[in-house]
Amino acid sequence: MTDWLGPAEWTALWLSLKVAFWATLVSLPFGFAAAYALARGNFFGRQALNVLVHLPLVMPPVVTGYLLLLGFGRSGPLGELFENLFGLIFAFRWTGAALAAIMGFPLMVRAIRLSLEAIDTGVEEAAATLGASNWRILRTITLPLAWPGILAGAILGFAKGMGEFGATITFVSNIPGQTQTLALSIDTLLEIPGGEPLALRLALVSIAIAAVALIISEILAQRVTQRRAL
Amino acid sequence: MLQVSVAKSFDGFSLDASFDAPAGVTAIFGPSGSGKTSIIRAVAGLLNCDRADISLDGENMSGLSPNKRNMGYVFQDARLFPHMTVLKNLRYGGTHDEGAIIEVLGLGALLTRYPASLSGGEKQRVALGRALMSAPKVLLLDEPLSALDGPRKAEVLPYLEALRDQTSIPILYVSHDMGEVARMASRIVVVDQGNVVLSGDLHDVLADPAAVPFLGISAAGAVLTGRVVGHADDGLTKIETGAGALWVPGSVGRAGGQARVRIPAQDVILSRSAPKDMSALNVLSVTITGLEQGKGPGVAVALRAGEARLLARVTKRSCEVMRLKTGDEIFAILKATAIAPSDVS
Repeated sequence: MTDWLGPAEWTALWLSLKVAFWATLVSLPFGFAAAYALARGNFFGRQALNVLVHLPLVMPPVVTGYLLLLGFGRSGPLGELFENLFGLIFAFRWTGAALAAIMGFPLMVRAIRLSLEAIDTGVEEAAATLGASNWRILRTITLPLAWPGILAGAILGFAKGMGEFGATITFVSNIPGQTQTLALSIDTLLEIPGGEPLALRLALVSIAIAAVALIISEILAQRVTQRRAL
Repeated sequence: MLQVSVAKSFDGFSLDASFDAPAGVTAIFGPSGSGKTSIIRAVAGLLNCDRADISLDGENMSGLSPNKRNMGYVFQDARLFPHMTVLKNLRYGGTHDEGAIIEVLGLGALLTRYPASLSGGEKQRVALGRALMSAPKVLLLDEPLSALDGPRKAEVLPYLEALRDQTSIPILYVSHDMGEVARMASRIVVVDQGNVVLSGDLHDVLADPAAVPFLGISAAGAVLTGRVVGHADDGLTKIETGAGALWVPGSVGRAGGQARVRIPAQDVILSRSAPKDMSALNVLSVTITGLEQGKGPGVAVALRAGEARLLARVTKRSCEVMRLKTGDEIFAILKATAIAPSDVS
């Protein structure tokens, strides 16, 4: 079984999961905050935020990768900041690949935003008249009701993170064991003679992961709606 | 005592309303779009106003956010939390008097269910219980029955009445249904196009002929409070009121208990002579105390019957033919069936 994929491919798979997991986990609070601001906020610059959030969706991934390189490279202003403050280096590391998974951010925000917009704000008002503070309303009403959308957003972000290619290769290059994720690994295999069977296997693996992720989110979302309908 | 004075300009509509509400039920009555809901939203702090002076027993509430006002609010559409059981919904704002409230509202069998599986009437009862368990100092009811059909209304109304009789806090009851108002309220604030046009004791306002144009033809009419004398075998109930004994259809209340009778102004027929050989059961000897010409073809006639005041609406033509004037002693005929059972409590 273990020789079904070579060690390099196992590494790539493991790395992809790690990159997508951390990218999703770290971006989720920001994604929720951005979605909340867009769904509920009525502030100056809301439209600008909207454009900014959706930019990675429409920009060429190479451009996103290049911008990340400029900002978070070793000599980039943000890259230096993170290195000095937290000792966190993005350039040519797996952490950079995780950062490149920002490409999934618009999808995540969109899913969460839709679920927030579907919540009847009337029930939040009702909670306020019952003495609940804004924080308690967010915790006990808004978050639980938006849960299916948050989950969907997380899974979309995760799937996108697993498959990110353009921004990753531009920002952190294709270093086996460090930044060579599934997608990059498939690309590499396709370029070497006789690599195609392995590439196909990796492709099957990514399809399986994507399918399992979707099924899990379906089941969880169904559980939420069933409970409400009982 | 709740004192309210609010103003806000909307697009093409401006709200400017001031009134007082002592303990007991104060109805806020008016047609759809007159600003009733905006008023109680302002009281609850849910509506940002240009001016909002709201004080309760002398304490200024205006600067407080909604969650600090301690006002129970029952919304037209219940607004239960869909992801919580009935019990969790009830306890969200507190557990004040939990056992008694669950008992009185008949919620015991619903506690483990989710709102999606409740009927409209059950939802409103839960919403009411939830508001009460937060131990509010003021209760705001926004058309709590309007989303319900006849039978569901009849299911919830007795709970509201029990509530009215058991609490001593101000209750604002928004409604456009005079039947409900006559049944529930002791005071009324009539709202039209964002302004308070009339307010005062329910019996006084409803017996005032000048109120007819603001209330509308079908809502105008006096409310009498009386005592149930007894029930006849043929399904009628005799109620002794200040105006005399009235027969109303249905078995209403129990003997010796209090009952209200609403007599819509358009259901009163006036006669110069004592009518004979008529199917109407209720004939009262009355004195005209005032006449109020409306803009339309109608005239509102204020009547005194014994200690009670009644209101009749007749056409200008009848008024002229009968030469009705203040001080005349005539007869008022109320068809017993004209007092709809839902208007009797």
